[in-house]
Amino acid sequence: MKFGLLYSRIRRDEKLLLSELRERGHEVAKLDVREQRFGLNATDAGLADCDLVVDRCLATSRSLYATRFLSAYGVPVVNGPETAAVCADKVKNSLALEAAGVPTPATEVTFTKEAAMRSIEEFGYPCVVKPVVGSWGRLMAKIDSENAAEAILEHKATLGHYEHKVFYVQEYVDKPGRDIRVLACDGEPVAAMTRSSDHWLTNAAKGGATAAFDLDDEARELVKTASDAVGGGLLGVDLMETDEARSAPESSGERSDPRDGESRYTVHEVNHTVEFKALNEASEVDVPAAVVDWLELKAETAGEAVMTA
Amino acid sequence: MTESECVECGGTVSLHDDLEVGEIVDCETCGAELEAVDTSPPVLDRAPELEEDWGE
Repeated sequence: MKFGLLYSRIRRDEKLLLSELRERGHEVAKLDVREQRFGLNATDAGLADCDLVVDRCLATSRSLYATRFLSAYGVPVVNGPETAAVCADKVKNSLALEAAGVPTPATEVTFTKEAAMRSIEEFGYPCVVKPVVGSWGRLMAKIDSENAAEAILEHKATLGHYEHKVFYVQEYVDKPGRDIRVLACDGEPVAAMTRSSDHWLTNAAKGGATAAFDLDDEARELVKTASDAVGGGLLGVDLMETDEARSAPESSGERSDPRDGESRYTVHEVNHTVEFKALNEASEVDVPAAVVDWLELKAETAGEAVMTA
Repeated sequence: MTESECVECGGTVSLHDDLEVGEIVDCETCGAELEAVDTSPPVLDRAPELEEDWGE
């Protein structure tokens, strides 16, 4: 088979994938997205004869457009542009999870800092403000006081890109010092790990300590539902544990939470260009091998679809 | 192991044999992040700065 790997930086994750693909005898075309030109109906990139292109773009903006172009050309790509579009944007991500009935932290979005301040006051302190596009815990704010809220909102409104004027305000989930990262292929978990830290941000990218985690049936089901909700693919599903009955924020009573208090987990986001080097080290699972197993399956399926078209 | 020159400080940078184009290496002399732009022979350039939309 011939696989294309769309990238702008070869991280440890991409090296693991490249090694696994080559060891299995596959031809791999590395495609630096920075060098590509995408026309409306064709590209000069050597993509046409790829059985499958794997999007590993580091930059979300490039991932969104590159996958959209490949899809328009009829080139099979994972993850697809629809999945990328949902996962790249926290608002779309939250809406998709909510619509699928997946427990997810209560969230409000506002377009002015005054309205954001009302959301914050209603959630109470602490609560969280996140950028709608971002990763690795960047620009995440845990707000502990009114003074902090006013300062953060003013900075976002004054200094930020226009996306920072979309205020994504979320309840603070008092997780037990860790969250859970699950790598899943079309909703089937490959491996899972906890990420622990004394800091409220527990991302591996922020230095959180990792350890293998065994998923129970409830978590597996949530991963599957969350994956389906965003369109499926090779995904990193992030969960937090909560033993507390969840309830709607005390407010006007108009906002209700249909997921009241049943789940032991809440899913805060799904990532579409998932990193897995930390998971590969924390888990006994050979993660790149499992991912390539799935990629081979996707390539076969894509080939069959072309044959029958 | 192979070697190349840091474009920032001119120091020698040791490189693994399985170096990939697009891979980032750190110069142990000056700490600069360098990107491999070729592997035969290895050529290093300054790595792009972190952008706001980078991540997962």
